[in-house]
Amino acid sequence: MIFYEYEARRIVEAAGIPVTRYGFCQTPEEARKIAEEIGGPTVIKSQVLTGGRMKAGGVKFADTPDEAAQYAEEILKLEINGHMPVGVLVDPKAEVKQEYYASVVWDSTAKKPLMLFSDMGGIDIEQVAEEHPDHVGRGHISNLLPVGDYEAKQVIAATGVTGSQLNRATPILAKLARLFREKDMILAEINPLAELTDGTFVALDAHMEMEAEAEGRQKQLLRKDLGIAEEDTRDSYVPSEFEKNVKEIDAADHRGVIQGKDHGFEGNLGLVIGAGGGSLTLTDAVRNQGGKPANYSEIGGNPSVAKACGLAKEVLKKDGVEKIAVMMSIVSNTRVDIVARGVIKACLELGKDPAETIAIFRIPGAWEDEGNKILDYYGVEYCDRSVSLWDAAGRAVAKIQEGAGA
Amino acid sequence: MSNETMDGVFIDIELDEPAASDPELAKKLEEVCTVGIFKATESGTEIIAGQLDECVLCYLCEQAAPEGSLRIIKKYEDQ
Amino acid sequence: MSILLNKDTTFIVQGITGREAVNLTKECLDYGSKIVGGVTPGRKGREVHGVPVFDTVEQAVDNHGSQIDGSIVTVPPGFTKDAVIEAIDNGIKLVVVVTERIPRGDVAEMVEFAELNDARIIGPNCLGLIVPEVCKMGGIGGPAKDASKSYKPGVVGVMSRSGGMTTEISSSLTAAGLGVSTAVSIGGDAIIGSTYAELMPYFEADEETRAIVIYTEPGGRMEAQLADWQAENNSRLPIVAFMAGKFMDDESMKGMTFGHAGTIVEGKEDSATEKIKRLEAAGITVVERIDEIPDAVKERIGS
Repeated sequence: MIFYEYEARRIVEAAGIPVTRYGFCQTPEEARKIAEEIGGPTVIKSQVLTGGRMKAGGVKFADTPDEAAQYAEEILKLEINGHMPVGVLVDPKAEVKQEYYASVVWDSTAKKPLMLFSDMGGIDIEQVAEEHPDHVGRGHISNLLPVGDYEAKQVIAATGVTGSQLNRATPILAKLARLFREKDMILAEINPLAELTDGTFVALDAHMEMEAEAEGRQKQLLRKDLGIAEEDTRDSYVPSEFEKNVKEIDAADHRGVIQGKDHGFEGNLGLVIGAGGGSLTLTDAVRNQGGKPANYSEIGGNPSVAKACGLAKEVLKKDGVEKIAVMMSIVSNTRVDIVARGVIKACLELGKDPAETIAIFRIPGAWEDEGNKILDYYGVEYCDRSVSLWDAAGRAVAKIQEGAGA
Repeated sequence: MSNETMDGVFIDIELDEPAASDPELAKKLEEVCTVGIFKATESGTEIIAGQLDECVLCYLCEQAAPEGSLRIIKKYEDQ
Repeated sequence: MSILLNKDTTFIVQGITGREAVNLTKECLDYGSKIVGGVTPGRKGREVHGVPVFDTVEQAVDNHGSQIDGSIVTVPPGFTKDAVIEAIDNGIKLVVVVTERIPRGDVAEMVEFAELNDARIIGPNCLGLIVPEVCKMGGIGGPAKDASKSYKPGVVGVMSRSGGMTTEISSSLTAAGLGVSTAVSIGGDAIIGSTYAELMPYFEADEETRAIVIYTEPGGRMEAQLADWQAENNSRLPIVAFMAGKFMDDESMKGMTFGHAGTIVEGKEDSATEKIKRLEAAGITVVERIDEIPDAVKERIGS
């Protein structure tokens, strides 16, 4: 779950990190009201889940409430990288003395969260790390022990920051690290973290991302505190009809798992494949031998016949799909005969001949003898483990190309 | 393009009388089958056609029924 | 002969009464593994395929009368961390975590706890490990007779981010007459208990192992870590790698997850192309096609 800036600000605010007196709104009138309450110059920021807001004109500085309303109206209508904003944030224009950077991310090699701090905030941290490595402080935190303020202090001090700046920034980074762990974030970033002319520190912008696997136990934050609806998944793209249907079929029955994606695929060879690693290997093998996959899919965990059938049907119903290739790496849990029944049934129910429609069936493993009997009965070509995933994919590609040539 | 669902393409189950009318056996069959092919009713066992193809060939139903009264037919083995 | 497991290895199954766990228990017993107990809270006194079930790991250890070597944890994601820590706290040194979809904060916590106690975690989101004809710990390879078909004893150590591909690759090594010393399904998540580089010293110490095959995917830094390890340690073991998911390098696939939770291209460094470069620079043979693995191994060990 990726958060909008106004949500990320609420999260850091709730963790005790100071923020400016911002307001989130969805109409120009509300923007005017917030600007009046703020009293003074304001910044109007588009609330959109994409980068490059500033360049696209999604951030504007207003001197008066009228101007704030006018900019809000413009920004609310402005599409950025294909995304429409969900609202605007009205923020007092801060008198910034210096910008800093603070974040916490996962270090999967160390298997610990990593705190990052820089006294060169406001710009891309990777660029700072490359060009000014001495201006980036780093430090891991334990997954078991409480985060000590001193750990944050060490990271900040490593960039050469000292004096009251060090003492003011320390609790902010420590709180950010605690919130990262408590709220199951995979990214918690404040950039810029601003030192104002009066010496206080505030988070001027924040980016937060929560791990999908943890959403179930963070319901309080997601649903209650932030009011995010269950169906608001924030997928980076709109799922296709195919993707939605496959998801529905999968959810209807708890046995096994099927997944389907066709974002970025537009070929004529439907793929009914599995499981995780096998699907990746097979998609490459089809493409690298000149085949054009119509989709990506995954079968795993011994699905029911209905599920395998449902997936195959959805693939076959896609525009331009001529044949399907049914292929998996050697299965130990998923049953060959059950998948065979499912894909043959899909053909029959759509009034297609399985022998013609299924370019190849390459699933060795559990119950393969029984599966073979079924495939044999319907005249479908079956490959066992002596045919590699590469060769199986190649045969499927050859068959569909023959068909096209005829 | 037809989009109907078909029942019992691969598997059929034959259950002879009087076993089919035995409410006790019906309960037992409903219990042992992990894919919901059997439904116990007052008049005996009802076979749910829509579930037949989900049969996992565990043969627990054959074992539960009086010998020879219940048969799982694999239609793909015909002829 | 093997890493991590041997013919005397004893283990328990936590969550043994679950549907998948019951199957897995049977598979392991049939293969000859020594399962000395199972744990499901509230189910003490039952048996699963002759294995006694207990409420706690402590009871299982007491019943066994001496230290138990390992545990397979297959409980729902919300209970996994506690189960793993319970196992380690009761002296267990090898924990295979089968469960998927565990938040990585939990994974990191149990891994850190394991480190403090000299224990090792394999997984999560994995099928475990197998020493052909000796011991199978997890669902790897499936039922005993299927596992015997795919896994024959031999000289290659296999590590894979995909459970299914562990068996696919091992089967091809078996068919080519090379065989497998130990195969480990290391798991597909972003953070796992044992990475390639962390298991390398075990294989290095195993005299029977003469080469390593890894199956790898886009996403994460595990391959970079292995490349660094290989460059620093001057290992006697040649490594052959296969990279799946090259199609994910396409611009249209950026930010999308395929296959496993950890398989997502976020930056340039975790793309397939970049990883292949790093592996090759470290002297690791990267094959283009999955079926080229056995020949590449033969070439590297000169047989």
